Amino acid sequence: MNSTIIQFTQVTKQYDNDPPVLNDVSFKIERGKFYTLLGPSGCGKTTILRLIAGFTEASKGEVLFNGKKINHVPANKRQVNTVFQDYALFPHLNVYENVAFGLRIKKMKNAEVDRKVKEALSFVNLKGYETREIREMSGGQRQRVAIARAIVNEPEVILLDEPLSALDLKLRTEMQYELRELQRRLGITFIFVTHDQEEALAMSDEIFVINKGKIQQSGTPIDIYDEPINRFVADFIGESNIVTGRMIEDYKVEFVGKEFECVDQGLNPNEPVDIVIRPEDLEITALERGKLQVRVDSQLFRGVHYEICGYDKDGNEWLVHSTKKATVGDEIGLYFDSEAIHVMRHGETEEEFDRRLEAYSDVDTNGK
Amino acid sequence: MWIQMENKLTKNLYLFPYLLWIALFVIAPILLVLYYSFFDIEGNLSLINYQKFFTPVYLKMTFSSFWYAFLITAISLLIAYPTAYLLTKTKHKQLWLLLIIVPSWINLLLKAYAFIGIFGTYGAANSFLNLMGIGSQQILFTDFSFIFVSVYIFIPFMILPIFNSLNELNPTLLDAANDLGASKWTTFRRVIFPLTIDGVKSGCQVVFIPALSLFMLTRLIAGNRVITLGTSIEQHFLVTQDWGMGSTIAVFLIIIMVVIMVVTNTRKRGV
Ligand SMILES: Nc1ncnc2c1ncn2[C@@H]1O[C@H](COP(=O)(O)OP(=O)(O)OP(=O)(O)O)[C@@H](O)[C@H]1O
Ligand SMILES: [Mg+2]
Repeated sequence: MNSTIIQFTQVTKQYDNDPPVLNDVSFKIERGKFYTLLGPSGCGKTTILRLIAGFTEASKGEVLFNGKKINHVPANKRQVNTVFQDYALFPHLNVYENVAFGLRIKKMKNAEVDRKVKEALSFVNLKGYETREIREMSGGQRQRVAIARAIVNEPEVILLDEPLSALDLKLRTEMQYELRELQRRLGITFIFVTHDQEEALAMSDEIFVINKGKIQQSGTPIDIYDEPINRFVADFIGESNIVTGRMIEDYKVEFVGKEFECVDQGLNPNEPVDIVIRPEDLEITALERGKLQVRVDSQLFRGVHYEICGYDKDGNEWLVHSTKKATVGDEIGLYFDSEAIHVMRHGETEEEFDRRLEAYSDVDTNGK
Repeated sequence: MWIQMENKLTKNLYLFPYLLWIALFVIAPILLVLYYSFFDIEGNLSLINYQKFFTPVYLKMTFSSFWYAFLITAISLLIAYPTAYLLTKTKHKQLWLLLIIVPSWINLLLKAYAFIGIFGTYGAANSFLNLMGIGSQQILFTDFSFIFVSVYIFIPFMILPIFNSLNELNPTLLDAANDLGASKWTTFRRVIFPLTIDGVKSGCQVVFIPALSLFMLTRLIAGNRVITLGTSIEQHFLVTQDWGMGSTIAVFLIIIMVVIMVVTNTRKRGV
């Protein structure tokens, strides 16, 4: 109970008469974890952060902080600090004064301010940059100043709005490690926004996948990657092969005109479903040994693996990640385990999905 | 090589009209003013004008010029800042801004005469006071009317630069200040005002410098009760024909203006 720090209950946010930006969103954030809000541009990620920070108010529903309703609490009275997408550092103040801003407002003694600012700056590896002007800092350094400015206030929650989007790949990866490490050291709750799925998978304890103002799925990176709830999530997180199919009976599914064994059960007989198979779960083998037969259309060398794209005789596209090379134009067999088949019901809500998963993990344990 | 030379040549050619303008209409008049300031009323070379400037009469005039210019600037600023701020919050801000700017296109004399009508003994202002039961007052030819009209005339020039700097302010900075615990007032004091100080400075320049040398209004609205350096220059050139003394005052006025520009132009910092 006490571990929940932020809770949204049926929050809707609507501007004028536009369709709602957030539609009936409910979730819980636990203390001390790293959360990621993941979704395409315009899906409402920033809006969720703004509601938590207090820059806008919900049209409907409740926002709870430590169990208390905070819908009308102004931003400056909230125990939350934000790292803005464009950093929003004060251009008229130097690095030191930017970081000290929140402390000075609390009328903290100078010696104390000095101690905390220095500590925060060394936390983000910016010792010695105190007297620099903001315009003299690089993008990555500015971002760290923004983080220092947030953590120095020792808030219970830090909100980070795509803080890494402006950085080059190398610095970005570096900062991902640093941020995750920082969160562990501080032990405070991070809510991190990104539209980069790899970043989300690498950093989070928990991911919320959002689309069109609704949370599609929440869970650990592994849960979401392995058990996407619907086409959108499967497609958005990682690369995947999605085809339509039909559940014949428990443990038996039909797609591309063939019958396959699978591990899913609890669906209605003959229910139409979507089938997901991850490219790395497909294995290249001899034509006759494969469960699927495809003609290789193109091949790209990706460094770690080859990305092979082929079409079966029905015209479905199959993406394969393999360390083995194929020849363009050849017909090859693709083999996969029955666990690699992931079955998604149409229009299943997150609760129904979780219940179904739970139901058959019970069966599994009882069976053993 | 040849092309480079040609480029340089055309560049100088483009610069030429500008330089000619500066030489004819800026440098030459200043030199002329400086030249005339060294002649007394009989046309003899002397420094008497400069001695005269440091007599109580002229020092008092300088002081009163400064005082009125200061009042006009301060009052304009006090009204213009909140106005500009509210303007940036309105929906059709460019339209509202235009409405405020338009009066500044009307000739200054025209506006002055309009105010003579309004503030006169039988004008609109006094009929209103009569209606309120206060009775007619002497409004025209007072300090009040002088400052009121001056502020009215100068205020668009104060609003414009302040509006621009407020408009350029990144609104996330205000969220950021708010996020770090700053109340509305603290945000204003620590973020908004420091970041718009350049707009305030150029607004003050644009108002203070012309206000220093106002002369038409002093006669029309203040009835010569207010004597500024501007009035005095006009009198020396047109009435007493003491061009030397007029030029000397002008020299001091130019020096003061340059000093003000330099002092208020400490370069801005920022990203
Ligand atoms: N003040 C506003 N008035 C009207 N609509 C708004 C306003 N602010 C945001 N929106 C709309 O709300 C939707 C969600 O915006 P939001 O900023 O939350 O997206 P986002 O998920 O952060 O996207 P991005 O990844 O591009 O930053 C968008 O369609 C946007 O147009
Ligand atoms: Mg956003």
